Amino acid sequence: MSKFTRRNFLKASGGAAVAATALSASPFAIGGAGKKVVVVGGGMGGAVAAKYIRMMDSSIEVTLIEANKDYYTCFMSNEVLSGVRDINDIKFGYTGLAKHGVKVVNAMATGIDAAKRVVKTSAGDFSYDRCIVAPGIDFKYDGIEGYDAKVAETIPHAWKAGAQTVTLRKQLEAMKDGGTVCICPPPNPFRCPPGPYERASQIAMYLKAKKPKSKIIMLDPKPKFSKFGLFQAGWTRHYGYKGQNNAGGMIEWYGTPSGSDDNVLQSVDAKTMTVATGFNEIKADVLNVIPAQKAGKIAFAAGLTNDKGWCPVNGKTFESTIHKNIHVVGDAAIASPLPKSGYAANSEGKVAAAAVVALLNGGKAPTPTYVNTCYSVISEVDGAMDGISVAMVYAWNEKTGKIDKVKGSGGLTPGYADTTDEMRAREVKYAHSWFENITADTFG
Amino acid sequence: MKKVKALQAALVACGLAFAGTAMASGPSSEALAFTCTGCHGPNGNSVGPASPTLAGMPKSVMVETMQGFKSGDINSTIMGRIAKGYTDEQFELMADYFAGQKFMAANQTSDAAMAKKGAKLHDKYCEKCHSEGGSIEMAIEDEVGVLAGQWKPYLHYSLNDFVSGKRPMPKKMKKKLETMHKKEGDAGIQALLEFYAGNK
Repeated sequence: MSKFTRRNFLKASGGAAVAATALSASPFAIGGAGKKVVVVGGGMGGAVAAKYIRMMDSSIEVTLIEANKDYYTCFMSNEVLSGVRDINDIKFGYTGLAKHGVKVVNAMATGIDAAKRVVKTSAGDFSYDRCIVAPGIDFKYDGIEGYDAKVAETIPHAWKAGAQTVTLRKQLEAMKDGGTVCICPPPNPFRCPPGPYERASQIAMYLKAKKPKSKIIMLDPKPKFSKFGLFQAGWTRHYGYKGQNNAGGMIEWYGTPSGSDDNVLQSVDAKTMTVATGFNEIKADVLNVIPAQKAGKIAFAAGLTNDKGWCPVNGKTFESTIHKNIHVVGDAAIASPLPKSGYAANSEGKVAAAAVVALLNGGKAPTPTYVNTCYSVISEVDGAMDGISVAMVYAWNEKTGKIDKVKGSGGLTPGYADTTDEMRAREVKYAHSWFENITADTFG
Repeated sequence: MKKVKALQAALVACGLAFAGTAMASGPSSEALAFTCTGCHGPNGNSVGPASPTLAGMPKSVMVETMQGFKSGDINSTIMGRIAKGYTDEQFELMADYFAGQKFMAANQTSDAAMAKKGAKLHDKYCEKCHSEGGSIEMAIEDEVGVLAGQWKPYLHYSLNDFVSGKRPMPKKMKKKLETMHKKEGDAGIQALLEFYAGNK
């Protein structure tokens, strides 16, 4: 090796060493100097990617384009609905990222010119060497007659936390005892798979304490859902649940066998507060319609989506398989078997960050590793603290070019017969600690 | 020219230091550790009371604990499920990262009167192995778990698991802790927790 340049050295030593060197010996200015990364979207995936790039290589200029001044976490927003948490408790700003040297631009991204490497925004153009897009989700309103973005202001989906979360909470507070809350969960795939069912649990907890004659009806277009057995057992224990497709408890859940349209939502009548599915018609006092989902708008504007409306990526780097030099992370990315969860977005953001740092330094993308942990709080009143979780460790499979679940790892909280109330209570505490830590890791 | 050579030398030295990481085909120490920090806080300094701070944890302590979770010897809710996803080598790699991070004492309250009692109990039953009040400095030196400044709820879970036989412990510790618990009961555990919470 006659010409032992810095770049050659980094190439020779491989990406892992690049990341390690950057972290452990940050006084070393390594080859990323003058390189620019633009991150579009400051949710869980985007914010953590921006921060971690700066942590790994402070010579890289990172600009975050985010339309909102604050971010409201989707996770734990169900606790706002039950009154356990205030909306301000799930609100996070971007001053923490600024402290890491991320340039935060409060603007709306309108498109990306992948050939010229330019992000177009309401505040002008931003050029990049590599771009990370965290589009989040958008809703498919077209399949539901009488429901659109406008109607969603009064009949909220509350599936992006914020104003609609507050609206839904107020509606629950205003509802009379003996009222009916109807939740229409979305079809797969969607953000936060256990979310609608934790929502039912949290609302039931509120109703049990304040309006015990009320009930919750769920009309689900799916035959089953995440943490299926654990939720149903939890509902039976805490709120009264008579089993699938049975009336009589505080919570009623009606599913849809595959191939049927029984509880596939057809229409919403905002005036009469009635929803109609293929088989059922329910008049409710509070309606929560969560539509089918697709990648956020910017993903479509930038041409990063496939025919199903999600973003195909290389699971090793999260680089789009459609456009080079653009990485897509979070709920919008097709990262299966990783779920569309906040923790998965955190994990993906870090993998993308490490890949971007290595690639900008002329190295190879390091071997990634991923984790998901997801908590749901079924009940959290004195004497009935009951949390459940699902976890999984994932590994990159270089041979197949896919992400694998690591065999033997992960899985669900055991059912009541195989655990204790004390352990279920701990899971509630872990859920709350999880919230504190993931938000600090992302925005702090 | 001299400058260039110096830089090359520095880079080579640097490269050698990380040769292990570079040679391995699996994920690096950092990549593995970064998957932990979502639950255990930035650099492993937890800001969630039930989750322990990992920053500064002696390598051997972390590796043994992860192995205990994996085998099921140590009681857990979620850690057993997560630990089953890693090899011993990977435990060592993630432990390397956290051992290199600076421990920050948890920001928590402590009851002064109980802490006073806890200090006495600590001296009598725990100080021999967890010296200087269970400080991080001595924890690192003696390769034991840190107590001072670790989160109270986490230590509470751990101590409950130790005394109820759901978490194995060294013979000497077992003898001391069981004697303490027999004499002082749960109030003794509470007193110790308050002492560690206040001993920053």
